[in-house]
Amino acid sequence: MNTLLNNSDLFITGFRNTLTLFIVSGIFSLILGTIVATLRVSPIPAMRAAATLYINVVRNTPLTLVLFFFALGYPKLGLVEIDFMTAATIGLSLYTATYVAEAVRSGINTVPVGQAEAARAIGLPFTQTLTLVILPQAFRAVIPPMFSVFIALLKNTTVAAGFSVAEAGSIRSNLSERGEPAMAGLLWVALVFVLLVFILSFIQRKLEKKWKVAR
Amino acid sequence: MTIQATSDALVSLNGVNKHFGQLHVLKDINLQVKKGEVVVVIGPSGSGKSTLCRAINRLETIDTGEISIDGKKLPEEGKELALLRADVGMVFQSFNLFAHKTILENVTLGPIKVRKLDKATAEKEAMALLERVGVGQQAPKSPAQLSGGQQQRVAIARALAMKPKVMLFDEPTSALDPEMINEVLDVMVQLAKEGMTMIVVTHEMGFARKAADRVVFMADGQIVEDAKPEEFFTNPQSNRAKDFLSKLLTH
Repeated sequence: MNTLLNNSDLFITGFRNTLTLFIVSGIFSLILGTIVATLRVSPIPAMRAAATLYINVVRNTPLTLVLFFFALGYPKLGLVEIDFMTAATIGLSLYTATYVAEAVRSGINTVPVGQAEAARAIGLPFTQTLTLVILPQAFRAVIPPMFSVFIALLKNTTVAAGFSVAEAGSIRSNLSERGEPAMAGLLWVALVFVLLVFILSFIQRKLEKKWKVAR
Repeated sequence: MTIQATSDALVSLNGVNKHFGQLHVLKDINLQVKKGEVVVVIGPSGSGKSTLCRAINRLETIDTGEISIDGKKLPEEGKELALLRADVGMVFQSFNLFAHKTILENVTLGPIKVRKLDKATAEKEAMALLERVGVGQQAPKSPAQLSGGQQQRVAIARALAMKPKVMLFDEPTSALDPEMINEVLDVMVQLAKEGMTMIVVTHEMGFARKAADRVVFMADGQIVEDAKPEEFFTNPQSNRAKDFLSKLLTH
C-alpha cells in the first residue's frame, strides 16, 4: 500500500495517460472501424477491395511494429511533426479499427436482408438505410465481441510505454528508479487494470440488457 | 417530356424481361394498373409473381423493358429512386418490421426521415393509422412482442404512413397462422374499398373474389390470363389456369 500511496503522482499521471489513450483511440477506432466495415459490405468492388486490403495488412502486423512505425518511421517521412502521444493514438486507432471493422461486419451479417428491403421500400436512401436500420441492429448484435476488442485496446495501451508515452505501463520502470520494490509496483498496476476491465464489463452487461433486439 | 401512351395507368409495365442466371423469370410482361384498381396476381410457386411485385419498386432489377409509376419511368438506384419508392407502399411476406424500434417508431420513421414531418404530427398520424388497423394498444411494444397478424397490420400501417399512390402486397398472409389471415385480409379489403390502388400477390382466392377488380394469372414467368375475378374463377380460358384452379378446389 505504501508503494501506491507514496507514488500516487506516478500512478495518477500514468493511468490518466492510459485512459486518454484508451478513450481517444477507442472513439477513433469505432468511427474508422464502422466506416471500413460498411465499405467491406458495399456494392462497389473497389471499396470492398480497399477495405479488405487495409484490414489484412494492419491486422496481420504486430501492434509493436505499427507503433514503431509511427514513433520511429513516420518522423523520417518529413510530414507534419507529431508528438509520441499523438503517434501512439494514431497507431492504436488504426490497429484497433481493423478489429472493430470485423466485429461490425459480422454484426451486419446477422441483420436479415428483409430489414434493408423494408427500409428501402419506405424511401430511405442507402446511407440512411445503413445508419438508421442496419448499423443500430448490427451494433446490438456484437456488443460482447466489441467489448473484447476494447478491453484488448485498454491493455494494448501499455505497449505505448515502450515509445516514451508515460502511461500506466511505464509506472513500473519509474518506480524502480525511485527504489520501490518492482513486484509491488507491478501488482498495483495489474490491480488497477483488472478494476478498469471490471468497469468495462459492467458497462457491457448494461448495454446488452438495454439494447436487446428480440426477433 | 414525352407524352405517355398509357397516361391513365398508374403502374405500367411494358415488355419486361428478367433472368436469374439461366432461368427466365419474367417473360415479356405487359401490365397496366389504373388508379384505384385492385389487381390480384395469382399463380403456382415459381411463376414469377413475387419477382414481378418486387420489380415494381425496383427491389429486383429488370433486364429489358420499362416500368413506370404515375407516368415516371423507374430511375436508377439513387436519391430519385428512393423518392419514388416512398410513393409505393410495400408489404412483405415476412413483415420485416424494424426489430430495434417500437411499433410507433416503425410507422413514424419514414414520415419523419423521408417526408420531413415533425415528430408530433408523425406520431399523431401514426397512432390514427395504428388504430385503424386495430393495433393502437401495441404502439409502445417491440415487434417481437406482437403476433404475426398484428405485425403484418403494423407493416400495412407503416406503408400507409407514407401516403403511397399504390400499395404492393407480396404474399402478405403466407407466413401467418390460419386464424390470423382474416384479420390482415379484412384490413386489405377495407383499403380496397377506400379506393387504394393495390397490386396483391396472394394465394387467398377468397380475397381475389371479394376485393379484386382484375385477376392476373401467371405461370412460368408469363401472364397467362388477365380477367375479372368472376370470369376467371368460373370460366378460365387456358389449360394452365384450369389445372391450377382444379388443384385448389380438390382440398
